[in-house]
Amino acid sequence: MQPAFADHPTQSAVAFRTLMQAMARPGTIHDISAPAPAGFSPATAATLLVLADPTTPVWMPPGPARDWLIFHTGAPVTDTRADATFATGPWSTLTPLADWPIGTPDYPDRSATLIVEVPTLAGPGPRLTGPGIESKTTLPLPDAQALAANAALYPQGVDLILTCGTQIAALPRSTRIHLPEKP
Amino acid sequence: MERKDWIGLLGRTEPTALYTACQPLGEMPSPDFLRRPETGSVMVRGRTGGTGTPFNLGEVTATRCAVHLDGHDGHAIVQGRDADHAIRAAWIDALMQGQRAEDVRRHVLEPLAEAERQRRDTRARKAEATRVDFETMVRGED
Repeated sequence: MQPAFADHPTQSAVAFRTLMQAMARPGTIHDISAPAPAGFSPATAATLLVLADPTTPVWMPPGPARDWLIFHTGAPVTDTRADATFATGPWSTLTPLADWPIGTPDYPDRSATLIVEVPTLAGPGPRLTGPGIESKTTLPLPDAQALAANAALYPQGVDLILTCGTQIAALPRSTRIHLPEKP
Repeated sequence: MERKDWIGLLGRTEPTALYTACQPLGEMPSPDFLRRPETGSVMVRGRTGGTGTPFNLGEVTATRCAVHLDGHDGHAIVQGRDADHAIRAAWIDALMQGQRAEDVRRHVLEPLAEAERQRRDTRARKAEATRVDFETMVRGED
């Protein structure tokens, strides 16, 4: 079994602050990391250590990381996608987005947050605007079409945290995704 | 003695008693933590007469800890706030899963189990000496 944060109070506070900043400024890239088990990137491990607790069911692909997550956070691991509060894995394991809870009009907060392992956070991508973005920014997205449809559900919909190695960027549902014009 | 028995025994033992009992094993190596000692409280539940419906008896302060040693994970949850006690108990649990299990069982666990048995025995005897049996006399009605 892998350990978690060595200095729990300080490191988890720093990681939580980093996640808050990433969510508040969609598209910006932040450094975050924790000792990770096989199957998780350091950024995914840190995100789950900070956010998951016994009240948040987590969906994830099978693997040794399950035991690690249960031991360190006490979060229940679920195989039912509709029950998940958090879900993590590569994009291909998380589609279609319709599987996840998107909240209800009265309680849009009862939705899932997807922690997606992506190959890169740098490079070209669709233009993003919306709350927390001063003018505009870009971020390479796994499937801009599906994510634009998710943003159109606002105030319902899922939130995304993209992780790559020790870096994260967030894409909350409030961010508008401008798809390139079809020629 | 199964694993749950020795984890329970280590949790109930006095910190100083465990420290003394561990002396034959030599110096405890500096621990490789999976989870540093954390103090919290656990709710102890009881059943009236051992068979009734469960009720909350009260909270007990406990410290838990997990260490990694030679490919084995040692876990401990001990009574009280003594972090060293929790680390030492987790270390013993890890040792019990490895090569030195027999050694540890003979030199540490069995003496501790014997001491606990004697402590319980003494307490039971003292309690027994103060026992009062109530009897209802037959009221001479017939």
